[in-house]
Amino acid sequence: MSAGTVKVVTRVNGIEYEREVEPRLLLSDFLRGHLDLTGTRVGCEHGVCGACTVQVDGLPVRSCLMFAVQVNARDVSTVESLAAPDGTLHPLQQAFRDRHALQCGYCTAGILMTMSAFLADNPTPDEAAVREALSGNLCRCTGYQHIVDAVLDVAGSPQRERPE
Amino acid sequence: MSDETLSRSGDSWLGASVTRNEDPQLLTGRALFVGDIKAADMRHAAFLRSPHAHALIERIDTSRATARPGVVAVYTAEDLGDLMRPMPMVVPPAPVEGLVFNQRTHTPLAGEKVRYVGEPVAMVVAESRYIAEDALADIEVEWAPLPVAGDLEFSAAPDAPQVHDGLAGNVAAIARQSKGDYAAARASAHTVVRRRFLYEHGMAQPMETRAIAARFDRRTDQMTVWASTQAPTSLRGGLAAVLGMGESDLRVIAPFVGGGFGVKVLMYYPEEVLIPWAARRLAGAVKWIEDRGEHFLATTQERGQIHDAEIALDADGRILGVKDDFLHDNGAYNPYGLTVPINSQCSLFGPYDVPAFDSTFTAVYTNMPIASPFRGAGRQHGVFVIERLIDIAARETGIDRVEMRRRNLLQPGDFPVNHKVIFQDFTELTYDSGDYPAVLARAAEKIGYRRFIEDEQPALRAAGRCVGIGIVNYVEGTGIGPYEGARVQVLANGRVSLATGAGTQGQGHFTSFAQLVADQLGISPREVDVTTGDTDRFQWGAGTFASRGAVVAGNAVHAAAVAVRGKALALAAAEFDCEPADVLLEDGVARHRGSNRLIPLGELAQRANPMRGAVRPGAEPGLESTQYFGPEMGTTASGAHAMIVEVDPETLMITIRDYVVVHDCGTAINPLIVAGQIHGGVAQGIGNAFFEKIVFDSHGQLLSGSLADYLLPTSLDIPRMTLDHTVTPSTLNELGIKGVGEAGAIPVAPLFAQALEDALQLPARGVDILEIPLSPNRLWELATGQA
Amino acid sequence: MKPASFRYVAPPTLEDALIAKAEYGDDAMFLAGGQSLVPAMNFRLSEPAVLIDINTITDLPPIHTDATTGELRLGARTRHRDLQYMPDIGAACPLLREAIVHVAHPQIRNRGTLCGNLSHADPASEMPAVMLALDARMRLASISGERWVAARDFFEGIYTTACREDEMLVEVAIPAAAPRSATCFLEVARRPGDFAMMGVAVAITLDTAGRCEDARLAYCGAGDTPVLATGAADILTGSVLTEDAIAAAAAQASREIAPLGSIHAGADYQRHLAGVLTRRAVPIAFRRVAGEIE
Repeated sequence: MSAGTVKVVTRVNGIEYEREVEPRLLLSDFLRGHLDLTGTRVGCEHGVCGACTVQVDGLPVRSCLMFAVQVNARDVSTVESLAAPDGTLHPLQQAFRDRHALQCGYCTAGILMTMSAFLADNPTPDEAAVREALSGNLCRCTGYQHIVDAVLDVAGSPQRERPE
Repeated sequence: MSDETLSRSGDSWLGASVTRNEDPQLLTGRALFVGDIKAADMRHAAFLRSPHAHALIERIDTSRATARPGVVAVYTAEDLGDLMRPMPMVVPPAPVEGLVFNQRTHTPLAGEKVRYVGEPVAMVVAESRYIAEDALADIEVEWAPLPVAGDLEFSAAPDAPQVHDGLAGNVAAIARQSKGDYAAARASAHTVVRRRFLYEHGMAQPMETRAIAARFDRRTDQMTVWASTQAPTSLRGGLAAVLGMGESDLRVIAPFVGGGFGVKVLMYYPEEVLIPWAARRLAGAVKWIEDRGEHFLATTQERGQIHDAEIALDADGRILGVKDDFLHDNGAYNPYGLTVPINSQCSLFGPYDVPAFDSTFTAVYTNMPIASPFRGAGRQHGVFVIERLIDIAARETGIDRVEMRRRNLLQPGDFPVNHKVIFQDFTELTYDSGDYPAVLARAAEKIGYRRFIEDEQPALRAAGRCVGIGIVNYVEGTGIGPYEGARVQVLANGRVSLATGAGTQGQGHFTSFAQLVADQLGISPREVDVTTGDTDRFQWGAGTFASRGAVVAGNAVHAAAVAVRGKALALAAAEFDCEPADVLLEDGVARHRGSNRLIPLGELAQRANPMRGAVRPGAEPGLESTQYFGPEMGTTASGAHAMIVEVDPETLMITIRDYVVVHDCGTAINPLIVAGQIHGGVAQGIGNAFFEKIVFDSHGQLLSGSLADYLLPTSLDIPRMTLDHTVTPSTLNELGIKGVGEAGAIPVAPLFAQALEDALQLPARGVDILEIPLSPNRLWELATGQA
Repeated sequence: MKPASFRYVAPPTLEDALIAKAEYGDDAMFLAGGQSLVPAMNFRLSEPAVLIDINTITDLPPIHTDATTGELRLGARTRHRDLQYMPDIGAACPLLREAIVHVAHPQIRNRGTLCGNLSHADPASEMPAVMLALDARMRLASISGERWVAARDFFEGIYTTACREDEMLVEVAIPAAAPRSATCFLEVARRPGDFAMMGVAVAITLDTAGRCEDARLAYCGAGDTPVLATGAADILTGSVLTEDAIAAAAAQASREIAPLGSIHAGADYQRHLAGVLTRRAVPIAFRRVAGEIE
């Protein structure tokens, strides 16, 4: 059966795009390959690592588990949307830098897109809530501690001393 | 921005927790990784891999794949011409006396026979990766499966299926190393403890899989290769050799690299060789991004060893000798020589005074993916064995485990300590410096060892809680040769360019190396632009592995910066008509102490490259210097980890209540980065100890082939860690640096074993934990007597 | 890991979707949240010729309470996220909220749907067991009509349900909680968010004398379907929930499930966990009836 192509009209980081794509094109590949928004990283393509997390209509989702055609008429935000046009980092990005919350930086975009949405809904989380929210994003470099610290910094929350 | 608040440590950048130069690019998504490389003529490759662990290839038919629209080419072994030969050894075997070593390296594609599941047998190049993967299904292969050498002990038996023809059994290597007279030590011992230990290390699983893109320019006959590699200079040399190209016609760029942990060192991986080969053959651009499914089979792993080990002690619990014979799962080929088992063997000494030592390992070919170093590189196995032997011996002699460790530690006055066995860097294993008693004492204090075992644990146990404590030591040989180099150049715009051949995969070299330069030239680290992975910018070096970046490349950077400083001072002194000692370099200018006259560094650089006049013999133009650093031998870092853990006595799920690391990596260039390295190492150690398990069945089929099955720890699995350190500078380099990259990962498994054993009071039931990785299921079996 | 080609159908109405499904039969799959389907497609373990995207359908049943039966009705576009956050759902059926946080991670829950999860019928998944404990019913629709199937008849095997090739699970109906009833969900997973090595969903109803009037104990990770431990429930029913009665029920539950074992948990350990979790979950549900705990 011929798959053909389908039209996608979508708004990404506030800009409207119209593209003809194969239905099977993954959203992650669409963003990276067709829109040249390569800040979204692909880590596993089976929905576990979280590196490819973007926001669709404000909610974090795995872009490797959606087809590009599914963001037709939807709003997508990627890591490229976080910093101000003049380069000023988003508070979470700045906290990541201050706290050394990234090493190789490959998981970082997905974590930023997850945790910026989390902080929008939960402005003052405790450490347990931060760790829970972060648990769908794998990082192989940092052991998470500095990431947790960076998120807590933005929230103005203290680090916990020991597990409950 | 936080830049304005950058501050030195005292009067130097060395030792300052400078936030990273590279972060803005990475945080905003602008950083370039190999997957981001675009070209109008870019084609995409996919590999057909063996579904069998051991089989003959009877026939391959690629005609349907070739005919598929969008497919550019399909290659099998018979298309490779003279590339179809065993690839070179990456690391030759260490010169151990009496060594048996049977070299068997892989070919870029399997020819007549496959030896592990995942071994590539055909390559498709197509207009897109989607199409390339479609075409894989079009290739027809007739297989004749062969018996499989799967399990390590099974494969070591004389009658096991033979992985390679022409060998006696599956012996890849046998190496015996000894010191003193172990038999005599044993004969005089008060206590001898002997156990069999199984240690499986796992997979590196960097978040970015392997990736390589190549573009051949038919007008210049030159090739550019972008590779997610830890060793761009080595890769260039290796590719030039196997492809028959001149090094100067090959440029290898390692852009940002999403983690490596050992498995992205040059391996002559089939894809690493074939993508450039295909780009040249097609006179265009070809890219291959390993997908995570492939990564589980196509990237090297570390896997397992079986140790039959014993320790002999006197009545006071002092070690008289250690003996350990072990099997090492080498996988199907051995391009990386003996690095892993040699490290395991050498790690058996730990930080202890071991007068007599006798160890023989047998590396065994199996029908498994190739084993090569992964963060720790075999040290975990050895550290597990010695630490466990001490724990068990302590119990059997009634001596407290911390006290027994303390009694056996090498003392600060003992250094240098030469163990008289050959280490992975081919020199005799020698510890340069350390203060092991201080490290152990501090770890015991930080975790509250006495208080815990005397007060807290008894009270909690009385309340029915299963809580345990562990405390272990390790040493780590770091910073081995051969050498790295660096070029520092002051640019006309006043910024400073630094290039080195050692790659970067997240270690912060863009910042820590900049700090070393900044100190010499009186500038901010923000004014130093660091290139770490472009052979057109710096072509010499070995790579980033073995905890050697800061030690070896760092000292080369320092040397180059010192040389440029000398040139700047001399040039400014000539301008000021004064002695160099009267010139200060600060805030980006050269300043005359007396008159306060100043010349900006950039202007000084321009004057060093004059349009008229002459460069005198013996002098060089430019404010630039290239320097190399090659240590005689590795420098030895050390540390102790301590942990309090609670176990649910029914489910056997664990909660880590406290985790303490005390480490000594000599001089720390950037403590913030060092902390990150330790945290990440511990996380990988915890993964290895309790979460990550590579499971193959007896047919060599991987059962843990996704991230849903191979369990990388999450933010909920890794505890908050408390770090502390002592500083015993290395005596082997000017900066006193020791490596720290692998340290965190090394001693976690024996720590888990000790603490969990304690929590569950297993010894009281006659059960020792002798294996890694553990799991709730395994703990339940051990706790219920199902050995 | 790229999916094979497929034809994409985006029906505007449920009827259009059912017509398409009738036309393509087993060659077509519904794309709801895609959080199980797309990974399988990326691995090329699943290569449907047609995907019918239900996300474009405008007339799927909304989340609502059935005025007649009092049932909580959850339509095919109900996402895991809704179960976690929608106050009405949490109030009507706290078990859903208690269990859903164990299902994967926030990003997955933002996309994944309840009906998609149930249709996928992974026996290790939490929600199928929850449906058994709640005695839910499933509305299956096709162009030739619709029918209701009880949860206990819906799950037929690994990835296999009573749903015919022309049918779609369009809605789940959860009975209103009886007076003096409460629920509890507990599981043990390797990492939070992983499929459970063992999980239990308990629903109990007490009589006015405090005796157990009805008990439903359902387990995930316990066989090739979610397993309703009726023998264990029988032990509890009619008895005062003493420690002994609960222990007997737990022992019976660990006997009557049929765990398959995995690389993370052998069947014996799974049975052991079933007993442990039963002993823990039943008293929690009991205390919830009594209002002693949330």
